[in-house]
Amino acid sequence: MPDAIKSLVVNGVTIEAVERGSGRPILFLHPGIGIDPAAPVLTELAKGGRVIAPSHPGFGTSQLPKGMTSVDDVSYFYLDLLDELDLRDVLVVGVGLGGWIAAEIAVKDSSRLSRLVMANAVGVKIGDRETRDIVDIWALMPDEFNALAYSDPKAGERDFKNLPEAESLAAARNREAYARLAWSPYMHNPKLKNRLHRIKLPTLFLWGMADRILSETYGRGYCGLIAGAKFEPIEKAGHFPHIEQPAEFARRVLAFADTAATPVARAKRA
Amino acid sequence: MQVYYFTEQPYYPTWNNHAGSLRVNLPNKVVDPQTAGDLFHRYYDEWKMADELGYNIMVNEHHQTATCMSSTVIVGLSVLARETKNARILVLGYPIGHRPDPLRCAEELATIDVVSRGRLDMGFIKGVPYEFPASNQNPVGVMDRFWEAHDFILKAMTSHDAPFNWEGEYFHYRQVNVWPRPVQQPHPPVWTTTGNKAQARLLGEKGYVMATLGSGYATRPLYDAYRAGYLAKWKKPAPADRVAYLGLVAVADNETEARRRGELVAGYLRSSAIVHVPFRNPPGFLTVDDNARMLRGQSAPRSFTKDGRPINMHHGSVQDLIDAGILFCGTPDQVYDQIVDFTEYCGGMGNLLMMGHAGFLTHEDTVSNLELFSKQVMPRLKAYRQPVPEATAAA
Repeated sequence: MPDAIKSLVVNGVTIEAVERGSGRPILFLHPGIGIDPAAPVLTELAKGGRVIAPSHPGFGTSQLPKGMTSVDDVSYFYLDLLDELDLRDVLVVGVGLGGWIAAEIAVKDSSRLSRLVMANAVGVKIGDRETRDIVDIWALMPDEFNALAYSDPKAGERDFKNLPEAESLAAARNREAYARLAWSPYMHNPKLKNRLHRIKLPTLFLWGMADRILSETYGRGYCGLIAGAKFEPIEKAGHFPHIEQPAEFARRVLAFADTAATPVARAKRA
Repeated sequence: MQVYYFTEQPYYPTWNNHAGSLRVNLPNKVVDPQTAGDLFHRYYDEWKMADELGYNIMVNEHHQTATCMSSTVIVGLSVLARETKNARILVLGYPIGHRPDPLRCAEELATIDVVSRGRLDMGFIKGVPYEFPASNQNPVGVMDRFWEAHDFILKAMTSHDAPFNWEGEYFHYRQVNVWPRPVQQPHPPVWTTTGNKAQARLLGEKGYVMATLGSGYATRPLYDAYRAGYLAKWKKPAPADRVAYLGLVAVADNETEARRRGELVAGYLRSSAIVHVPFRNPPGFLTVDDNARMLRGQSAPRSFTKDGRPINMHHGSVQDLIDAGILFCGTPDQVYDQIVDFTEYCGGMGNLLMMGHAGFLTHEDTVSNLELFSKQVMPRLKAYRQPVPEATAAA
């Protein structure tokens, strides 16, 4: 449904976004590999609200404003986007890198947000300085990456030689944009951990259990840093549960969104 | 034509003992430090001899690799600044975009220039893809960082009246005042490398010496782009000494021996590609368009012969490499003719960066290679009259 792709202009920066469905706003923040506008998960999520799924600045065909080199920068961009679209009670759903962006948004200002879903999210350091929390994806061959990132590695295969040129351009742009934000410090912001206490939103960690880029220990450790956050495993899915189990992923997200909001215990300062 | 003698200072004893990667992730337990010391002394001795034979000298650095033990050019430059007397000492290069502290770079290079009594040629480079996993600098945007480091180093070398302040995008200093200042004024000559025409034109505008490495019969378009940039900015044709070419050289009294040496020197090319594949193309190192073309399986051949036959520089035969202008190999007459023929193709080329040793070439062979070239090829190259580019337009 290419007609669902639209351009959004925020502070003079034009980005592409899929918009689908109506009702409560659901901001879907894609992982480092980008977003397929035809991804079934967007249709599934649209059954329960108005899905807005942008390509982050520098990804897909979205413009890259000068100086936007960190997830911190990107999170401010999305706060501007929420203002620009005047969205309220937004359910933010982030996968991988998108989860990191979601957390960086929420620690800064969650006044326009209702809930947070963090799926196989990166963004913090859990282990000690000599423990590699997150596999170095830029030291992997594509087939090695697929074997670690997916429950079924075939789900990650793409035959660029037989796909439109735009797909290979977007993939190349996504790879560069991902590294711009996450090369070093690798896949995390050392400051974020000590800011997570500011998140007072109901938060769900959805975790594709076949993920071998991140461990379950990492996910549960991250979850434990946000007061009241729940951890729910998703089976037969890896680092990208929205791709491997789109219906189940959307069902869990929407069920979480529909539960009565329970007051979150005040986070204790470390 | 000037000739710079170059070796990568390889730790070749491991070249036949690796698990598919000579760079980045080959554990250093395979290095015997005593042997490494022996090799360093040998290579410094050979450079010292090269100085006495009338060569200039080129040094470089790579990281975490058996292909090149020099992990900081400053060590080699320091040794050679004192051990040699006449040679220009070219570093090609110093990967300034990777360095956390360009002030330190400026101080080191200024001191080398002072100790060498003004013999430093200062080559700044982006670095090969495999350097990024080692340095951890982000390959995305590294050239922005490179140019800021470049601007800073030159300002630091040319500011003499008072400390200055620098608050840039990447680097911050409050009292910059380099002691001692360099001998060469306003600063040691700047060299760099490229394989990109837009960058070549920019380098022409800056008037820097532009080197291409093993670019063979893909060289001329780069030189022409440089010349166009130079002419536009300086309103006169670029002299031949503004461009440099790195070629492999193996010379001997007879062709059979020369080709045996050529095979050993080509070991540089054969070994340089042995690296864990993902390290060959970190994100952001190539342009998005180039990476998209690679995804579609449309990469153009990098090396081809004068008549357009593609060759594989890493696996091609000695004859392929000669035909591709990557290796100059044969008797002194043959080597001279090959270099001149290539230089005519280039429309002029004033600096030959001569990789005269690689890999398993022994000390005795290296000495013989250097001596023969210096006696029977170099004098003729020094007397050689450079062509006018317009008279030798590329095919």
